[in-house]
Amino acid sequence: MWTYYLTQLVHSLPFFLKGLWMTVAVSGISLVAGTILGFLWGIIRTRRSKFLYHLIGAWVDLIRGTPFLVQIFIVFFILPEAGIHLDAFPAAIISLTNLGACFICEIVAAGIRSVPWGQKEAATASGLTQLQQLRYVVMPQAMKTILPPLVGQYVLLIKDSSVVSAIGVMDVTRAGWLTVQRVPQGLMVFALVGILYFIICYPLIRLSNLLEKKMGRGTTSF
Amino acid sequence: MLEAFNFRVILEYMPLFLKCFMATLWLSGAGLLGSLVVGTLACAMRISRSKLLSGAAGVYIESIRSTPLLAQIYFFYFGLPSLGIMVTEEMTGVIALTLNSGAYMAEILRAGVQSVPFGQIEAAVASSLNYFQRMRYVVLPQALGVTIPPMLGQAIVLVKDSALLSLISITELTRAGQIMTSERFMPAEGFLTTAVFYLVIYFVLKSVAAWSEKRLIFHESR
Repeated sequence: MWTYYLTQLVHSLPFFLKGLWMTVAVSGISLVAGTILGFLWGIIRTRRSKFLYHLIGAWVDLIRGTPFLVQIFIVFFILPEAGIHLDAFPAAIISLTNLGACFICEIVAAGIRSVPWGQKEAATASGLTQLQQLRYVVMPQAMKTILPPLVGQYVLLIKDSSVVSAIGVMDVTRAGWLTVQRVPQGLMVFALVGILYFIICYPLIRLSNLLEKKMGRGTTSF
Repeated sequence: MLEAFNFRVILEYMPLFLKCFMATLWLSGAGLLGSLVVGTLACAMRISRSKLLSGAAGVYIESIRSTPLLAQIYFFYFGLPSLGIMVTEEMTGVIALTLNSGAYMAEILRAGVQSVPFGQIEAAVASSLNYFQRMRYVVLPQALGVTIPPMLGQAIVLVKDSALLSLISITELTRAGQIMTSERFMPAEGFLTTAVFYLVIYFVLKSVAAWSEKRLIFHESR
């Protein structure tokens, strides 16, 4: 019986790989967009404007305080009431990008704050403009603090992308969910799903650990 | 959209929401207690000298951390019956939350224990304290303080993660929003009310975490 199910599972492997491609697409697009948006918000948060600081802070709190599933449902079911009709794929991208941006924004802001104040003063004294300060003085140093948790955040986002299967995006989790209706071997089917995620996430986790060690050494010698 | 926002219906559904609020609290509470037990065990195994125990705990922690919770929930939901183990959905949910959160708890505890300088343990050995005395009077008092803020952070994650249990038809907060959406076709009212309830839990836990962090710094500076 097990071998029979196993061959059935092997036959549906192309289906899983299609799902894997969808997972990579959804999380890849959201990672890039979320990183850009997150860096932007993070930099704005460390500027002088109190209003923008609190505005972004409140938004981040709202997003961090509610489950991602609820956020997806809000984007997917409530926006149509406001006249914005979205397919499952763009709805998934929007909510995942926003989630990523909120977490990355906090990481970036913390990284920028970790740069000693004297560095900024020295840059100002050297006559660098605000943009030059950011580009040549603050960010290169802040990246040491930002990079390890950033990669860790990517892992979380890739894992969170599994939740978009709830609104019908055909990702790996959805592929597993559909397959288990035909192949009633939940352990086998979702072990396969797990392995596929593991292949993507585990190297990133190792990379994050490695960066933490490397950057840690870097900052102590600094 | 908002001009048609119907507070009367929300009020009508309030008993359901309150019931589901309690369900979310007990599901994540049970998950938290379970994960403390599992996490302590896994941490003890991970830092033990035995290669076998440490390796087993490592496999458990890494495989949980590199796969999404939703896949783990489905793994148990569809997998346990195929092993002939019949438990209720709630039980399945608590098991999945416990095992998932346990891996993260183990890492938090490990970071706490390893934050105690080795000299402290050497000093304790030199003072001829035995293993339990060393743990009770030297290691744990220092380690626990460090672990409490990240543990509260994990509790916040756990509450949000419990939203995924709605996908295996457990009646909790997110499910209440879904029920309201399908019965009255009011996704805005349903899911925004759900979000507000989660935010209440989030802000309570967040302020407790902030308070504990402040207490911790006070302790260290003393």
